[in-house]
Amino acid sequence: MKRFWIGVLILIVVCLAGFAVYAWKPAIDPIEPPQRTSFDQALIEKGAVLASVGNCTACHTKPGGKSFAGGLAVPTPFGTIYSTNITPDPKTGIGRWSEAAFSRAMREGVERDGDHLYPAFPFDHFTLVSDEDNKALYAYLMTRHAVESRPPANELTFPLNLRFVLAGWKLLFFHKGAYREDTAQSAEWNRGAYLVEGLGHCGACHTPRNALGAERKGAHLAGGEAEGWDAFALDRSSSAPVPWTHDSLDAYLRQGWHADHGVANGPMAEVTGNLGRLPDSDMSAIATYLISRMSEPTPERAAAAEDIRKKLSIDQGGTPIPASATTGSPTSRGGAIYQAACATCHDGSRPQPFGGIDFHLSSTIAAREPQNAINVVLFGLPATSGRESPIMPGFAATLTDDQVADLLGYLRETYAQKPAWADAKTKIADTRSGKYRVSVGPSDGIERSPDNVGAKD
Amino acid sequence: MLKLNVNGTSHDVDVDPATPLLYVLRNDLKLNGAKFGCGLGQCGACTVMVDGKAVFSCLTPAMLVEGREIKTVEGLGTIDAPGPMQKAFIEQQAAQCGYCIAGMMMRAQALLEAKPDAADADIRQALEPNLCRCGTHMRILRAVARARDLMQGKSADNMAPAAATGRG
Amino acid sequence: MNASNLLPDVTRRGFLAGAGALVVCFAIPAEAQEGEVPSAPGAQTAKPKLPGSLADTPSLDAWIRIDADGSITVFTGKAELGQGTKTSLRQIAAEELEVEPASIRLITADTALTPNEGYTAGSQTIQNSGTAIRYASAQVRQILVAKASEKLGAPVEALKAEAGAILGPNGAKASYGELVSADVLHVDAAADTKLKPPTAYRAIGKPFARVDIPAKVTGGEAYVQDMRPPGMVHARVVRPPSYGAKLTDFADASVKAMPGVIAVVRDGDFLAVIAEQEFQAVRAMRAMAGVAKWQEQPGLPDQYDLPAFLEKSVSEIGTVTSVGADSVPGARTLKAQFTRAYQMHASIGPSSAVAMLDNGLTTVWTHTQGVYPDRKAIAQMLGVPEEKVRCIHTEGSGCYGHNGADDAAADAALIAQKVAGKPVRVQWMRDQEHLWEPYGPAMLTRASATLDQNGNIVSWHYDLWSNSHGTRPGSAGSLIAGRLMARHFPPDPAKLQISPLGNGDRNAIPLYDVPNLRVNWHFIADMPVRVSSLRGLGAYSNVFSIESFMDELALAANADPVEYRLRHLKDPRAKKVIEVAAQKFGWSKDALPEGRGRGFAFAKYKNHAAYLAIALQADVDSDSGTIMVSRVVAAVDCGEAVAPDSIVNQTEGGILQSMSWTLYEAVHFDSTRISSPDWSTYPILRFSTVPDSIEVQVVDNPGTPYLGVAEAAQGPTAGAIANAFRSATGKRIYDLPYTRERVKDALGV
Repeated sequence: MKRFWIGVLILIVVCLAGFAVYAWKPAIDPIEPPQRTSFDQALIEKGAVLASVGNCTACHTKPGGKSFAGGLAVPTPFGTIYSTNITPDPKTGIGRWSEAAFSRAMREGVERDGDHLYPAFPFDHFTLVSDEDNKALYAYLMTRHAVESRPPANELTFPLNLRFVLAGWKLLFFHKGAYREDTAQSAEWNRGAYLVEGLGHCGACHTPRNALGAERKGAHLAGGEAEGWDAFALDRSSSAPVPWTHDSLDAYLRQGWHADHGVANGPMAEVTGNLGRLPDSDMSAIATYLISRMSEPTPERAAAAEDIRKKLSIDQGGTPIPASATTGSPTSRGGAIYQAACATCHDGSRPQPFGGIDFHLSSTIAAREPQNAINVVLFGLPATSGRESPIMPGFAATLTDDQVADLLGYLRETYAQKPAWADAKTKIADTRSGKYRVSVGPSDGIERSPDNVGAKD
Repeated sequence: MLKLNVNGTSHDVDVDPATPLLYVLRNDLKLNGAKFGCGLGQCGACTVMVDGKAVFSCLTPAMLVEGREIKTVEGLGTIDAPGPMQKAFIEQQAAQCGYCIAGMMMRAQALLEAKPDAADADIRQALEPNLCRCGTHMRILRAVARARDLMQGKSADNMAPAAATGRG
Repeated sequence: MNASNLLPDVTRRGFLAGAGALVVCFAIPAEAQEGEVPSAPGAQTAKPKLPGSLADTPSLDAWIRIDADGSITVFTGKAELGQGTKTSLRQIAAEELEVEPASIRLITADTALTPNEGYTAGSQTIQNSGTAIRYASAQVRQILVAKASEKLGAPVEALKAEAGAILGPNGAKASYGELVSADVLHVDAAADTKLKPPTAYRAIGKPFARVDIPAKVTGGEAYVQDMRPPGMVHARVVRPPSYGAKLTDFADASVKAMPGVIAVVRDGDFLAVIAEQEFQAVRAMRAMAGVAKWQEQPGLPDQYDLPAFLEKSVSEIGTVTSVGADSVPGARTLKAQFTRAYQMHASIGPSSAVAMLDNGLTTVWTHTQGVYPDRKAIAQMLGVPEEKVRCIHTEGSGCYGHNGADDAAADAALIAQKVAGKPVRVQWMRDQEHLWEPYGPAMLTRASATLDQNGNIVSWHYDLWSNSHGTRPGSAGSLIAGRLMARHFPPDPAKLQISPLGNGDRNAIPLYDVPNLRVNWHFIADMPVRVSSLRGLGAYSNVFSIESFMDELALAANADPVEYRLRHLKDPRAKKVIEVAAQKFGWSKDALPEGRGRGFAFAKYKNHAAYLAIALQADVDSDSGTIMVSRVVAAVDCGEAVAPDSIVNQTEGGILQSMSWTLYEAVHFDSTRISSPDWSTYPILRFSTVPDSIEVQVVDNPGTPYLGVAEAAQGPTAGAIANAFRSATGKRIYDLPYTRERVKDALGV
């Protein structure tokens, strides 16, 4: 018996030692920051395009701050993580990182000094990025303006504040390895898959995560969450009332809006704010791949979309509803609110993207969860400083929780022809109070309102 | 008939309940402070407070604010007895055409009521939804900071605006 | 502004006679002044020219009235547009009349009461009206002293004016009220009137709080938008979707049946609705827009290739100046081309007016810049003699030039004809202001200069392509309502006019010392996009071009930009503002952090108004394309500073407005429609990008003539931003505005 316990002890020690060996990563020697002239201009330009696919600036730039200097607070279920400075500043940025150190970070999620990185940095996707592309990204980032700026320390709960714990997370959920082509598919499809699954890391938001914050592999692109926003499903369960097509997706990703779908908002606005830089072929490849994930719409969905198109061509403005927000059923109260507060902009008389969307087309109203609808009603779409952008005022201070719920119920029943969301009221209250935190920013993708995190004012 | 509580007084107004609060304030209650700017919630000229928070009155149907506390710039003081926000704007001569100013003051008032020790950066951020075309921004920022200090009981000693000593 | 004061039963004659003290019968000159009025420089008359606007309206009682009770009323043909003139004109009058500014009643632009001073434009209020009031006040004081001398039996030398009375030896005293009688002030101004010396000032140059601000911050009735005369009804207009659109179908029965609707007005392509309540009018307007069907036609130029449009549309070339030889040899010649987009006034409050037809007289309360010219155009539109229209200036939202004010006044006047006896309030919606106001014209400019061995400029050629920057009323065809109504008044034909004031060519002549100089205006009469005067007119674009080019020349000459400017200037006042701005800014050649630059620019507005030099610091983020101006220092010399704080306020405002134009603003359109109907499609400066500090140094010159200042910052600010961008990045952007896309394009990756 004693021997058994000794055996167990030895096993534990061996496992711990093994884990330590697995967890421990060596530091890679610092280098002298490279000169711009050491990089080929064409490589830098290639890196710029790749950086926009990776949407690097969105997380690594604080609103109103210098590009890539980090410091953006990223709320996660486990606490707040502050993005790092990835400018070539030798003291506070990645100026002393060699290309090998950069590639290792991309591929394995490990800092130059050997620390494990949090999966808020989506190395589980970036591991697919090719050596050539990493080289270009490195060239691009190392030739940005060096900015001396140290982000605040992360605010995470024990034991997640211990970096070696991340090694365990990786052991469980992380699969290192480059993209492997699916030979059954076209070259364009493969290109799209490479960009979407790798650098584009779409699944980081659009795939649901498990309790430990890892993407659920069985539910790939089935709809996830990002910064307080629901990231809609990109598989066959897409809630878009008019199904996405290759062309509408291509246009939406390029310009941040589409007449059949409305305007990108929340963190998606940052994505579309960057993708305009892509060559047409890459944009088309991304659309091709994503459309294949969504599959052909069912005949019922196609017919419903046809109905919507018919409605939009005839019925502009909807039926006026007696204006009383205080009497009648919740639906009629909500209808009165819609008529008085929303219809002026949302009656479809002004085209997208600057006119309000006709809610027949809204994925937000047709979605499984009310969260995005709540976010938009409460916080609106703030103006982008100095740049054309759709603006919607938030109604947090105007509408009470009950009024928001009435309104959402009306929109849901009238436009999506689905029952009102059951749990809307709690979510409205939590979102308003800041218990549930939401990033709010304008739809231009880069410059966000100064204090973008958190609903509380 | 709607019952509206504006600047501490209850009013019965006979309007279509969907009428934007802005028109009710201006035409039925004859309050000039809130201004029509865009009707779209893009400029903030119509800003008033409802239950202590800044709202665009041009997009707020009057029926939604029945029974709630509505405050306009007229509720901050009078020409003879200006409140601290108004005093600060006069002292700093923070107006050119002045059309946006009442909206600015109400958004600033909402900020200072929620956060009496708001930092200068908070002020700048809070005013982001409000537009000024004359370019009075520097003075507006100074005036709101000054209002904050006045509300916190700080003296006028360290202030030397050009007009503070004016006689006109 | 009580309703009782608004009723149009007051005429100047009645007003004066009724009050009793002074008699009357001066005539306001019949000829309306078109455009701006040149003051001192370049004007030539047979008689010695009277100062300021006295030249046109010499009678003292057109400017100043003193009642038997001693109360003083001052009249100005200029309007308060947010510049603080209601305060500064009081200061000027009070100075010479020896009373407190607050005790003066000031009547601003009103065709029934005040002198015709043309437009409140071109930064000329203090220069023209201020000068006139100053001299008139001084002369009135001298007249009063002379009267007192008779009455008190004391020599003039023993008398002095103080607090509304003339004081003599041994406590002898005669109040102004006692001294005025009959037509004592009905005399023409004398050219040799002596003004008080600067050493004796108690009002001019002293800090006075603006008289209009307390009401504006407490909800007082301050704007035409705030008027509510008894019986007032609300109107809204419905505009065509594009400039030339024709109404083809208008089934208005459903609109007429809407609650509160009093009348639907249709006159040709002009549509409006009158309702009891404002929101009823808004709803009816929306319904009308839904039932109105229009036939549109394309006619707008390609907004992405404005230079091509401008070059091919030239109707006439005018010589702005030609000095010395056409071409001279030199060491080096540089060339550059600049452009500027169409830009908006974009006042925060859309235009508005109140009008009432009563007993055949149409009275219009309007925030126009020119009550007399507006009256003339409106009278023509209505087909009535000018006496049947009275225009009263009432403040509106910020002006910045020829915006929608005159058009809204015309709308109100036309609509008021349908409901005689009722005041009609017209309020434009945001999209109506954005889509229909006359924009600042797009411009193309080309500069070429030859430098000698030492880098000094020996020859300078400058060409500009532009529409007219002045399409103010004018005839009825200058008004939107006049064009849309069934009579379809045609727009006034645009004429190339080159004067010292400048128009598209304003500030096209560099103030720099250049021996051989050619400046030409390639004039474009065709105006497919509606344009007119926007603050600074051509000066904005010309100074941006000249100051950008000067920095390029300085670089070519391997010289510091400030030193290079000073080297090419003789005027000591120009040098002074440059030196003050550079010194206060801490101008140096020291290296700056990556992405940061410093920029300098200078201009003397119109080459005869205020001097302004500006230095600023900006940070350029090449990845996002954003430019953040962080610190600004400006030095301004506008002669004698009447109201220093107003000068600072106007200059700060000019800097920020120009910064907004320069960084963000361009009107967008396709071949048929303007597509910038609101703030989301025409973004302007918001607080997040306002600089950390702006410091304005007023270089005072007491006793020297007033120089207009309100527009002086527009051009130099653009030049300084351009030069700071160049300094930060080594690249120059030649096209306004400096959008993020342009920045990213210019810098690459």
